Amino acid sequence: MEEHVVIIGNGIAGVTAARHIRKFSNKKITIISSETEYFFSRTALMYIYMGHMTFEHTQPYENWFWEKNLIALKKAFVEKVESDTKTLYFKNGETLNYDKLIIATGSKPNKFGWPGQDLEGVMGLYHKQDLDLLEKHAPNNQTCKRAVIVGGGLIGIELAEMLNSRNIPVTFLVREKSFWNGILPQGESDMINRHIKNHHIDLRLGTNLREIISDENGQVKSVIIEETGEEIPCNVVGLTAGVSPNIDFVKDSDIETNKGIKVNRFLETNIPDIYAIGDCAEQKEPVGQRPPVEAVWYTGRMMGEALAQTICGNRMAYNPGHWFNSAKFLDIEYQTYGWVHGNKGKPDYEKHFHWKHEDDTKCITVAYDENTNQFLGINTFGIRMRHETFDKWLTEKRDVHFVINHLAEANFDPEFYKTYEDEILSAYDQTLQTV
Amino acid sequence: MNDKQHHSISLTPSETYSLSTKEKIAVFIGVVGLFILALALFNTNFPNKTLFLSLSLGLITAGTLLFSHSLYTTKLEGIKNDGVWFKSLTSRGVSAWILGIVLTGFYLVLYFFPQYLGQGSSGEANSGLIALFDPLSFLLSGRPASQWFVYGALYTLAILIFGYKFILKYRHNRYQQLRTVSVMFFQLGFAFLIPEFMARLNESPEYNLPYYDIKSMWPLNYYLFDRWSVNGFINSGNLGLALLIFGILSIFVISPFLTYKYGKRWYCSWVCGCGGLAETAGDPFRQLSSKKLSAWKLERWLIHVVLVFSVIMTTAVIYSYLGHDSTKYWLTKSTFLIGVGGLLTLVFALTMIFKRHELGKDAKYGALGFFVIIAALFIMHYTGTSERLFFVKSSVLRSAYGLYIGSIFSGVIGTGFYPILGNRVWCRFGCPMAAVLGFQQRMFSKFRITTNGGQCISCGNCSTYCEMGIDVRAYAQKGENIVRSSCVGCGICAAVCPRGVLKLENDSMKGRINSNDILLGNDVDLMDYVNGKSY
Repeated sequence: MEEHVVIIGNGIAGVTAARHIRKFSNKKITIISSETEYFFSRTALMYIYMGHMTFEHTQPYENWFWEKNLIALKKAFVEKVESDTKTLYFKNGETLNYDKLIIATGSKPNKFGWPGQDLEGVMGLYHKQDLDLLEKHAPNNQTCKRAVIVGGGLIGIELAEMLNSRNIPVTFLVREKSFWNGILPQGESDMINRHIKNHHIDLRLGTNLREIISDENGQVKSVIIEETGEEIPCNVVGLTAGVSPNIDFVKDSDIETNKGIKVNRFLETNIPDIYAIGDCAEQKEPVGQRPPVEAVWYTGRMMGEALAQTICGNRMAYNPGHWFNSAKFLDIEYQTYGWVHGNKGKPDYEKHFHWKHEDDTKCITVAYDENTNQFLGINTFGIRMRHETFDKWLTEKRDVHFVINHLAEANFDPEFYKTYEDEILSAYDQTLQTV
Repeated sequence: MNDKQHHSISLTPSETYSLSTKEKIAVFIGVVGLFILALALFNTNFPNKTLFLSLSLGLITAGTLLFSHSLYTTKLEGIKNDGVWFKSLTSRGVSAWILGIVLTGFYLVLYFFPQYLGQGSSGEANSGLIALFDPLSFLLSGRPASQWFVYGALYTLAILIFGYKFILKYRHNRYQQLRTVSVMFFQLGFAFLIPEFMARLNESPEYNLPYYDIKSMWPLNYYLFDRWSVNGFINSGNLGLALLIFGILSIFVISPFLTYKYGKRWYCSWVCGCGGLAETAGDPFRQLSSKKLSAWKLERWLIHVVLVFSVIMTTAVIYSYLGHDSTKYWLTKSTFLIGVGGLLTLVFALTMIFKRHELGKDAKYGALGFFVIIAALFIMHYTGTSERLFFVKSSVLRSAYGLYIGSIFSGVIGTGFYPILGNRVWCRFGCPMAAVLGFQQRMFSKFRITTNGGQCISCGNCSTYCEMGIDVRAYAQKGENIVRSSCVGCGICAAVCPRGVLKLENDSMKGRINSNDILLGNDVDLMDYVNGKSY
């Protein structure tokens, strides 16, 4: 009898693990999810609301794929994990036994105890159910006359773009003095501030939420601003102040947790045969400059790939290569390779070269070590760059001068696009002269 | 998630995407222009046809341009797909079905009942819609209009005005703009004006040129080697001969070379008229193509069956008018058949020798197609007479092809069903030219769509907006290059990708097809393990 591998969570981490385990073994595999029947791309939820795609389009595999690959899907909610007997207890009273358990339950939106945070019309944007709620409360600008978004991160700006696509007026409350400036260097953050305003979104920087006010039916009526006491009438409040691991159901088990489920570099928990991957895992020893909890699509996928090796008998540590990430801020695409810090956790030796195009929709920031000139990373906005090239340059520890002089090799924009390498190079040469 | 939910999603936001005042005015102007055409169709005899034709086409143009401006230039540059799946017209709603039925009806009348459009028969003057176009036709070619002239003029107008709309929609994207200018140019110049001017030449007795759109190659141009067509070329002096030679070179030399350098996109999405209409007027329907694996299977069967049919049909047509006596003309029935068989055998042998490993199971189907054609050649040789082929009248094959493939498949279904099946049904399932170019693209071309390391988030925009129904995401999320025979290189997948993952490129043949199952991001050892390098 083949070993039974049970995976809780059908997001990118869990599904990647399942696919790779299937590729290398004949183990019995079951994926459990209470969210949806089939795997979908969470990052694409916004495009359903915007009408770019239907929900079916966000599913990377046709429905027959799972049966054909002998991956059982179970729609259920796990309430309790009993590790002594290797048993899962479901909300509906059923149980399931496992030989190996992979926890890949992802995140849930943060709530910081704001008064009124559980009212009707207050929602995060993470699960499929959040999208359904948004469709209910903000189908158009007659039902939702204004929406307020609290929290200036990647999900916040996505939600702003979504509501904007249906001509629903948006007030966007950002605690920081500038959008996402903990992560983005100031020049980039400033450019995105302007881009948000160009889309007629009411961006309020350095602004906090005091409370959410209810109408007589328990529905959102307005919000009160902490700093000014101003009341903003609205029908929907989006809470997008980050996410945290979705692990309430293991809190009473023997599995060690902190913010997330504690794992070693092999993604093993303190209990044998139980593993955690993706957003819900917390590294005991963080990898390099990475945070212990990485709530990113790509890291979820990589953990799934690595763990599948371990499960199939080739014990392998989660050992991610150079950091990379990407996002899109309304119309401006963003990619990052290596480390470029905003005002949070920037080391003293990290210096930046910043170039911005006059049209205010394209810029790059190259980070380098001020002592050795070693290239540390690049942020690029509005210009696509080649992952493979930067991965290679980071491995080869190239210096900043080399990178700026060879930027053309890394260009990934479509054919016939105007290129900016010469302009960037001459801006760079000028900075050198002034220094 | 469930159907009920989905239903409510598609109904609620309808007011959100309602038309602005400016757009309503634009629609009104365009409809007035169309109304003049409709009046003509119902036999209104306009006193000044030049004036009313100009008015009609002018209003249609003005309405479309105004509408496009209102739609796109009021917003910042970027991807403009908001509400595509909520609007009735672009999500197979009621208006999509109405438009589909109107278009299909138009094609049926055009192909089978031109008299209803006012086509004058046996020397009679035109009436109705066709008569309205007489002034323009006289201006260009000195002849009265025909149903094909009306169709050509409206077709060209559609590519021009919707091309303009498309350019505004993608005003941040130079690849899209250049490509669209290119199809607009080739449609207006090569498909519409030059053939009309060639007709002018025919006023002189030295010329008897057939209608010839020189960018339209055999086998898409399936009548190129018909007897009347070849006779026309041969009887039109050096120019005629040059055009015929160009037609043969196009398919055997020019197109393989360009496809090797740039992929089949040089034709399908930069030059071709069918592609031109699909990319401009058909653009709002590109998301309707089926991405199912079953649709891909159907596509591969159907398009190659059409190709085999078209090769046999053309061979039969040429065979039927060649002679037996090599002293009269060097090309006889038997040398021709031997030539066709030899050429196909050469292509087949080279493919099997050099590319067999890339083909896998498809090699079997390729072999099947090859043997069907060779068998047909033998049967032709042993049973064929000048009158009869395969025991039926030799013209039967040709007219069957013209009816079922040329008219019904490419016109009625291919274009009439845009709002239901998507804008590339013909190009994907039927076009024999696309099959030939696709074969070249898959076997020897520098073209591929490169994926950007590990950046794919599997969102599905690329697959959704692929008009050819390629599941682009399936490749992108594995970090695999996309080398597919059906890809027409429109570049929309790369445009709609929110993370900058896809890039159309012409690069070296080496490493073109790369199947890594582990993406960039994890450490190198793991990649080696999975790709079987170090273990």
